Amino acid sequence: MLTTSATVDRATFEARTGWQLKPEGACKGEICVPLGDAAPDGDMVDLAAIADRLGMGLVHDEAAGMWALGPETLGGRALATAEAPNLTLPDLDGNEFELASLRGNKVLLVAWSPY
Amino acid sequence: MWQAFRDEHVDQGFEVVTVGMDTLGAEACRPFMEAAPLSHPSLIDQHHRMAELFGVVNIPNGIWIDEQGMIVRPAETAPAPPSLAPERTSRLGGDAMPERVIEMGAEAAKIQYDRDSYEAALRDWIEKGADSEFALSPDEVIARSRPRSTDTSLGQAHFELATQLELDGNHTAAVSHFAKAHELVPDNFAYRRQAWSIEPGPDGPLRRFWQGPMTGAEADWPYEGDWLAETKAMGAENYYEPFVP
Repeated sequence: MLTTSATVDRATFEARTGWQLKPEGACKGEICVPLGDAAPDGDMVDLAAIADRLGMGLVHDEAAGMWALGPETLGGRALATAEAPNLTLPDLDGNEFELASLRGNKVLLVAWSPY
Repeated sequence: MWQAFRDEHVDQGFEVVTVGMDTLGAEACRPFMEAAPLSHPSLIDQHHRMAELFGVVNIPNGIWIDEQGMIVRPAETAPAPPSLAPERTSRLGGDAMPERVIEMGAEAAKIQYDRDSYEAALRDWIEKGADSEFALSPDEVIARSRPRSTDTSLGQAHFELATQLELDGNHTAAVSHFAKAHELVPDNFAYRRQAWSIEPGPDGPLRRFWQGPMTGAEADWPYEGDWLAETKAMGAENYYEPFVP
């Protein structure tokens, strides 16, 4: 997730990371991580604090004025849960497609590249 | 690549979604996607979210997701079905091929894909669903997904910054973040191919497959490795991990 400040609003954080911020902590699938002091203050999430809790890498490029937050590393695996994340990406014409719209089907999701 | 297979199985409640991972976006993917009409969703992933969300580290990779939205096989090598597989080296072809391309073709020819096993497993799952021996339990899915350390996460953050800087026209800054991503996430070959493929290459169809120093301009190559050197070092036969039932 890229931002231009060290804090981000709750809705953006949730949409971009897939972690829901609830009273009991940050939750994804069946997992909830208590946030303690890293819990959002009102609507704003402190990136450094939450990165620390969820084991996310945080990079600040001062010259570019950008922060980048990597994914969680809980459990030491790319997947913290077997529940498929809600991938949303554009098609060739820029129309957003939600992977979740295919619920009820078996899906083969294939990554390729033109290089 | 998957259109014919998809058409054969779509009546069984099966769908294919292809995701083109490329910093350069839709225009770079378009010629490949429009070469044949596609009726399945085919998406563009400029920031390699597939790496973050699913642990994709090489291409092609496939993930199986069941009717309830549960992953039943995490990211793994997903060769296109045998009958449909394009000749890899033909993409690099031409009459007067530069030495580097001849060498790349020779390495590419050694790359092993277990197309038959993968396709047979996929057909089994489409038919039997959860009863297929190839559909894994949630615990097994998590355990088989890529290892991810704090370094991996940090590297993924650098990669996302690199992508944005490249799109913003700040190539020099992008290169430094791509290089950090390569160092921190050494098992992600797609990160390396991505960065190498946007460096200069010969004009024409070889342009993005060159992925290494231009002859006579070796000093200008900004990365430690390149496709040919790294493929030789790892052994092209190890390029893809074998299919594990």
